[in-house]
Amino acid sequence: MEETRILLKNLGKVKPASSADYVAAGGYNGLKKAIANPEAIVDIMKDSGLRGRGGAGFPVGLKWSFTKGTPSDQKYIICNADEGEPGTNKDRILMAGDPHSMFEGMAIAGVAVGATKGFIYLRAEYPYLLPILNDALKDAESAGFIGKNILDSGLDFDIEIRSGAGAYICGDETALMESIEGKRGEPRYKPPFPGVSGLWGKPTIINNVETLCNVPQIIDKGAKWFRSIGTESCPGTKLFTLSGNINNPGVYEFPMGVNMRTLFEEVGGGCPGGKKLYAVQTGGASGAIINAKMLDMPMDIECCAKAGAVLGAGDLMFIDESIDIINVVENLIEFFIEESCGKCTPCREGNTRLLEFVKKFKEGTAIEGDLKRLIEIGSFMQISSLCGLGQASPIPVLSAIKNFPEKFIVKSDERGQS
Amino acid sequence: MTENISNCCTDKTALDKIAAIAKTWKGRKDMLIEVLLQAQKLADNAITEDVAEIIAKEMGIPLSTVCNAISFYAMFSTEKRGKYIIRMCKSAPCHIKGAEAVMQAFEKALDISCGGTTSDGLFTLETCECIGVCDRAPAVMINDEVYGPLTPEEVIKIVADYRQRREEK
Ligand SMILES: Cc1cc2nc3c(=O)[nH]c(=O)nc-3n(C[C@H](O)[C@H](O)[C@H](O)COP(=O)(O)O)c2cc1C
Ligand code: SF4
Ligand code: FES
Repeated sequence: MEETRILLKNLGKVKPASSADYVAAGGYNGLKKAIANPEAIVDIMKDSGLRGRGGAGFPVGLKWSFTKGTPSDQKYIICNADEGEPGTNKDRILMAGDPHSMFEGMAIAGVAVGATKGFIYLRAEYPYLLPILNDALKDAESAGFIGKNILDSGLDFDIEIRSGAGAYICGDETALMESIEGKRGEPRYKPPFPGVSGLWGKPTIINNVETLCNVPQIIDKGAKWFRSIGTESCPGTKLFTLSGNINNPGVYEFPMGVNMRTLFEEVGGGCPGGKKLYAVQTGGASGAIINAKMLDMPMDIECCAKAGAVLGAGDLMFIDESIDIINVVENLIEFFIEESCGKCTPCREGNTRLLEFVKKFKEGTAIEGDLKRLIEIGSFMQISSLCGLGQASPIPVLSAIKNFPEKFIVKSDERGQS
Repeated sequence: MTENISNCCTDKTALDKIAAIAKTWKGRKDMLIEVLLQAQKLADNAITEDVAEIIAKEMGIPLSTVCNAISFYAMFSTEKRGKYIIRMCKSAPCHIKGAEAVMQAFEKALDISCGGTTSDGLFTLETCECIGVCDRAPAVMINDEVYGPLTPEEVIKIVADYRQRREEK
């Protein structure tokens, strides 16, 4: 099946740093239109139905309207380029191949809500992207697209790149803001929400790289055009990262609603060595692990959720029959123990307890009642953790219990003896 | 926190350079992480107590604030490390593609275990979480470069190449 290349259309066709190449491919038209009529932008974004591509799927136009409607002497636009979710590579591809579309998306957001300053928070694991981004930014500044008095409009929009230092939690929006402020990346209590009180307490829009890269073409070609792609509730395309036991791992662009089986068989080329598919983790490390029997699933936010999967940032990790699913679950919980910031008890202690129980099932020492306790702790973490990390970290284990019940059987008697 | 920081000395020229960088950001607490990243590169890949102190002093922020940040982010070390930091990804997509075997190959090729530094001070071996190249799993980062997908056999060649680099210098 052919890809639908909207976000990836310039990949390999433009010199990434060159604004002239980008303009020749139709770039910075959206920004021109935004400057001509800033008042209309938030409504166009609402009409387009674009939802955040960083994992949570929040409607972009609605998010921008909060910041637009909050008067302030200073507002900020943040581009979330932390891409820390294991199994996600898409933002790296966009930044390496077409950085100007990210800049343009940020500048349009700035013009729309009256923000004059943007930050790109780039994870430290992508140091090789810095020279590309810096060159592209310099080029955009000297061509008058970014910086003071952009396109002779009298409006300013500066962009600054800030680096992370190795912390998954800094992908969370408020943890990221703490990090830009130079502090430990611990999430804040909400409300207030960033749209009203974000970076240094100022109204702040934070969007994912892929989200912002969608913006220029929506403004240039219109909301109706965008809605003609994808599904009713999730218009547009999505970048999917295929990883794990798959012949063609990589990042691919398809309309929302593409079938998971198509992605596995036609795009991914199936499992290597003729092995059988056993499970798929959908939506990254904090996403659901589904049984291979559930493979026929349209990939958009609602369809995935209804079927017990998670679209997340569009990650699909394929797991073949040679892998022990409990071993994968154990690895995932270890990740969350490592990355939990420790600010709240349910997550700090809960993940460690989840691991204890999972190890018991792995080693065959689980006793009557352990499964119930494991599910109880996981469910409690989901409702009581402060941020998305602790709320989502039980999903892999809870979904594995549901979809692979045979792996969570009590083998010993109640004294714990096998 | 400070008791965790190894109390060893960083050479004077490095300290001077770090002081100069920190000074340009006096009063700019938000630049702390950037300063720490740059300082670490100049000081044997570590923020030791003397480095932390000079940054605190020159930036005009409390030492505890500096230590607080160091302890939070995985990229900062308080122990001096090798010239090349080998960071083997152990997150799920790399894990199921055989990261453990590749890690063992590194341990064997370097004759150190995870967390250790070779006696010539050339390599430090660490694990890390996803480095964003899962399509090249199992993957490793050596300083700013990515390698993958790796087999245990390729590890021997990579280590030899880095040793060669030093001899050429
Ligand atoms: C633990 C955690 C990690 C996250 N990591 C990322 C990330 O790496 N990149 C990202 O764009 N969003 C990440 N998010 C989601 C952000 O908090 C936020 O929802 C997103 O940046 C909003 O942008 P969007 O609406 O354009 O998706 C993370 C959330 C949590 C709770
Ligand atoms: S849920 Fe976990 S990561 Fe989030 S604030 Fe609580 S301890 Fe920190
Ligand atoms: S899991 Fe290893 S690079 Fe992503």
